[in-house]
Amino acid sequence: MCCSSPWEKPDNGILFEKASEKTSYELSSQPPSLLSSANNMSPGIDLQASFIELLEGFGLTHGVAKAVWLPLPMVIIVGAVTVLALVSTWLERKVSAAAQQRIGPEYMGPLGMLVPVADVAKLLFKENMVPAKTDPLLFSLAPLLVFIPVFLSFLIVPFGQNLVITDLNIGVFLWISLSSIAPIGLLMAGYSSNNKYSLLGGLRAAAQSISYEIPLALSVLAVVMMSNSLSTIDIVNQQADAGILSWNVWRQPIGFLIFWIAALAECERMPFDLPEAEEELVAGYQTEYSAVKFMLFYAGSYANLVLSALLVAVLYLGGWEFPIPVSLLASWLGVSETTPWLQVITGTLGIVMTLFKAYLLLFIAILLRWTVPRVRIDQLLDLGWKFLLPVSLVNLLLTAGLKLAFPVAFGG
Amino acid sequence: MNLADGVQLVSFLVLAAMMIGAALGVVLLSNIVYSAFLLGLVFISMSGMYILLNAGFVAAAQILIYVGAVNVLILFGIMLVNKREDFVPIKNAWVNQVATAVVCLGLFALLSTMVLATPWAISSATPIGDMAIVEIGKHFFSDYLLPFELASVLLLMAMIGAIVLARRDYLPDELLTSERRDEPSALTLPERPRELISSNKK
Repeated sequence: MCCSSPWEKPDNGILFEKASEKTSYELSSQPPSLLSSANNMSPGIDLQASFIELLEGFGLTHGVAKAVWLPLPMVIIVGAVTVLALVSTWLERKVSAAAQQRIGPEYMGPLGMLVPVADVAKLLFKENMVPAKTDPLLFSLAPLLVFIPVFLSFLIVPFGQNLVITDLNIGVFLWISLSSIAPIGLLMAGYSSNNKYSLLGGLRAAAQSISYEIPLALSVLAVVMMSNSLSTIDIVNQQADAGILSWNVWRQPIGFLIFWIAALAECERMPFDLPEAEEELVAGYQTEYSAVKFMLFYAGSYANLVLSALLVAVLYLGGWEFPIPVSLLASWLGVSETTPWLQVITGTLGIVMTLFKAYLLLFIAILLRWTVPRVRIDQLLDLGWKFLLPVSLVNLLLTAGLKLAFPVAFGG
Repeated sequence: MNLADGVQLVSFLVLAAMMIGAALGVVLLSNIVYSAFLLGLVFISMSGMYILLNAGFVAAAQILIYVGAVNVLILFGIMLVNKREDFVPIKNAWVNQVATAVVCLGLFALLSTMVLATPWAISSATPIGDMAIVEIGKHFFSDYLLPFELASVLLLMAMIGAIVLARRDYLPDELLTSERRDEPSALTLPERPRELISSNKK
């Protein structure tokens, strides 16, 4: 109690009571916007308003129309993320085949594109078994604990200018805190499997997640410091001034590399895939899993990879922005920014750019997986604690100094 | 009561039930690993309470620090300690348990009377909501600077302690069996004696 929250007085019933008395900030009374316009630079398409108007045209009341709208973005995002994860498994097979001079999946659909579908069908119809002498409750709970936080984190990922489920003011911090739940699931999987390789894998996974979370958070903090906001929308808008030149990757090259390395380690990708190192640990914490529970781990890991790639794109590569700002192109062509067809093109371009950047990074991750060897566990922890952590601290300090020295370029 | 209030009430009830149930589980279950996992559930429901109080940042920080760091380290501690020991069943264990129960119930009664008797000053101001991060930052570097710095010193002390504990040299087992079999070592790990580094060494 005493050390849990230094800012909360023990005799003070309501949190932030004192704070709200002293200052009179303009409180935003509007509810969190769902796929609605969150920025005031160029409004773009407001899907929510148009959808509700459309339904009201069919004779529904405003409340009912809004209630119909509410679950839509979440369902769409969950479906889209599943598809994105499946596509990344296909990409993994194809790129690995190319790296090893094979053809890879070929006969299932065009270019073997139906392989993920076959995978899912197979895993769904397999017998859902729990091995003897496991702890059945924890054994079933663990994949969910790994899977749910990943999908929940997509709440804050903007796929386009107005295509985000909710523009929370804690933004990326939500992702960082949610991704810290996963180690508990991994430990649970390792423990409940009642298998020494599983336990070792789970412990390694947890150690790895914890060690690389700190450089990850610190490099995010440097970006947040420059954009003065944790919200992903604000972070992208701050990179929108001069097209490719204003992307954070030029201002945060060290942060970009640290973030990418740490994100790969968080996803347990190849140079850092110690928790499931086949030669040492069979398959780590997933050894005992099969069928749907294994699918949850598998889908969770690929969704996490897609999430990390999307967040690198959002934090460092300008999110949905085109390398040349669309407003500049429009003014060259003499088209008003509020023209409907231009808005449609801008919106489409936003989604395409976000996915293009994310999949480019994903491609690099897959290529890395099939080119570099695995590091040892002591090398991994050395890299995390003795190299990345100090470097990210220096990067943070440097960013703060540059922000004070050149407030124009570093978002003062 | 409109929809929002109903949702709030229901989620409060669910969170409260979850928190109390999980907390009782932490205390009452005999399997320590279950207790540790349930502790995570307690922390998560606590963060849900913060969300109901319009403190999103505190809720996320609660998950990051308590679930992601503290609870994982507790689990780590439990899973890495591999000291199997056959505990002798204690005679009259129920006396111990009854005494614990009485003390806990007494504390509970004391705290509940305190909670009910205190005239809480309930502020009528709107919750600060989205501006909370800025406010917390300002408080950290103005009137709560000292507690903030003290907390970091505390963490530094804990870290140094952990390093000192982790860097001990253990004696290998075969050496142990030949030399110091006679020493009682229920709660201590056999450790090679170290010379302390003195500061005034010439």
